[in-house]
Amino acid sequence: MSEPGVVGVRRVGDRALLAEVGSAEEAAALAAFLRASGLVADDVVPAARSVLVDGVDGSDGVDMAAAERLVASWPGGRSVAAARTVVIPVTYDGPDLELVASRWGVSVSEVVARHTSLTFTSAFCGFAPGFAYLAGLPREWQVPRLADPRPRVPAGSLAIAGEWCGVYPTASPGGWLLLGCTAVSLWDPAAAEPALLAPGTRVRFAGL
Amino acid sequence: MLAAGALTTIQDRGRPGWAHLGVPRAGALDAPAADLANRLVGNPPGTAVLETVLGGLTLHNRGPGRWAALTGASGPLTLWWAAGEELSVRMPAYGLRSYLAVAGGFDVAPVLGSRSTDTLAWVGPPRVVDGAVLPLGEPTGAPRAVDVPPARRPGGLRVLPGPRADWIRSLEPLFASEWTVRTESDRIGLRLDGPALERARADELASEGMVLGAIQVPPSGRPIVFLADHPPTGGYPVVGVVHHDDLWQCAQARPGDPIRFRRAARG
Repeated sequence: MSEPGVVGVRRVGDRALLAEVGSAEEAAALAAFLRASGLVADDVVPAARSVLVDGVDGSDGVDMAAAERLVASWPGGRSVAAARTVVIPVTYDGPDLELVASRWGVSVSEVVARHTSLTFTSAFCGFAPGFAYLAGLPREWQVPRLADPRPRVPAGSLAIAGEWCGVYPTASPGGWLLLGCTAVSLWDPAAAEPALLAPGTRVRFAGL
Repeated sequence: MLAAGALTTIQDRGRPGWAHLGVPRAGALDAPAADLANRLVGNPPGTAVLETVLGGLTLHNRGPGRWAALTGASGPLTLWWAAGEELSVRMPAYGLRSYLAVAGGFDVAPVLGSRSTDTLAWVGPPRVVDGAVLPLGEPTGAPRAVDVPPARRPGGLRVLPGPRADWIRSLEPLFASEWTVRTESDRIGLRLDGPALERARADELASEGMVLGAIQVPPSGRPIVFLADHPPTGGYPVVGVVHHDDLWQCAQARPGDPIRFRRAARG
């Protein structure tokens, strides 16, 4: 598969730009590249198909044109340099395990075996502080979200929907299919690294 | 704190730099007003102040006397807040948000480098409620006897180019129409009513990073201007961005107030 790198750059007002890429993994890789380059900006925000560079105010000689040149110099690719790997222990007892098993046409134990065999990449955070959209679910295993979202999903719930896997850092409403739960803390604003699954982090799940 | 009014929060200049973890920036919505309040009492820029919506805020000074300043919708005025005295912020004649700075600042514990309360994800100190006790820091500077800020006149919101202007049929109705502030407006966004902006595309945009002042057009066609507590990512097209220097007008617009947009001069 070809990796075209940045496919477009759009200006967002006078102090931000949006770099478009082909996939969430590329967005995480570009964001890591921009951070490692020492780019002076308030925020570098990867998302599903783009990276926002916000707060480019011309300080230290980095203006919008310089930021655009830096984005254009990205060689492309999906791998995040020096990514951490986090292994999350999971109790696979979610209420939607049977549903996922029937969608995949396999047994519940095979769902667990498949899910624990995958390595995900945290592509971006959103929805809630520390909620990471984890990319890496093969296309043929993707299932749509619930037609009727649950009013309350407990903190630590492991879930999948569409192309994504995620773990709810705090209790919230949610429409993703619940596979299990973890006791690991995903969000601690007092910690030096507040989000366990910051963009670029590699993530594996281990059954308990 | 005897009464907190409709909505009172502690705000400084917010916590930019955490959007990639899903944390809104927060910070005073009318930043120039918060800056002025701090100058008036001799606080360094970015000291935590109280932001209060409309009136109804009453505080009791349990410590020694201090300088205090009120700006934004009320004031600007500077006063000596004597020990044991009550201070009330009444309903302003115009505008929506008032800022109260006290010498030394509101010294609650910072979260991710800021004392601002974010009302989207509730990162930062809790909202100020009736009966709350707020610690104050040590005053560090002398009050400014004379500080004459330039007069502020709402002059329409200057709009800079947005990344997804091609997702609506035309930007012209944005500039040609008079918009009305909806009651659902809050620290997250200024929600507007008017003739719906017509979408040029029906497909879904992948979620992407959002900036302060982004003019987002949801399927209803009624634009939302993203303010300090906006979600860091969003899936509706951004057709323009309100100029940074005009955002204070969004902070002071009341439900029912008219809003106009105009094209920002290039450069």
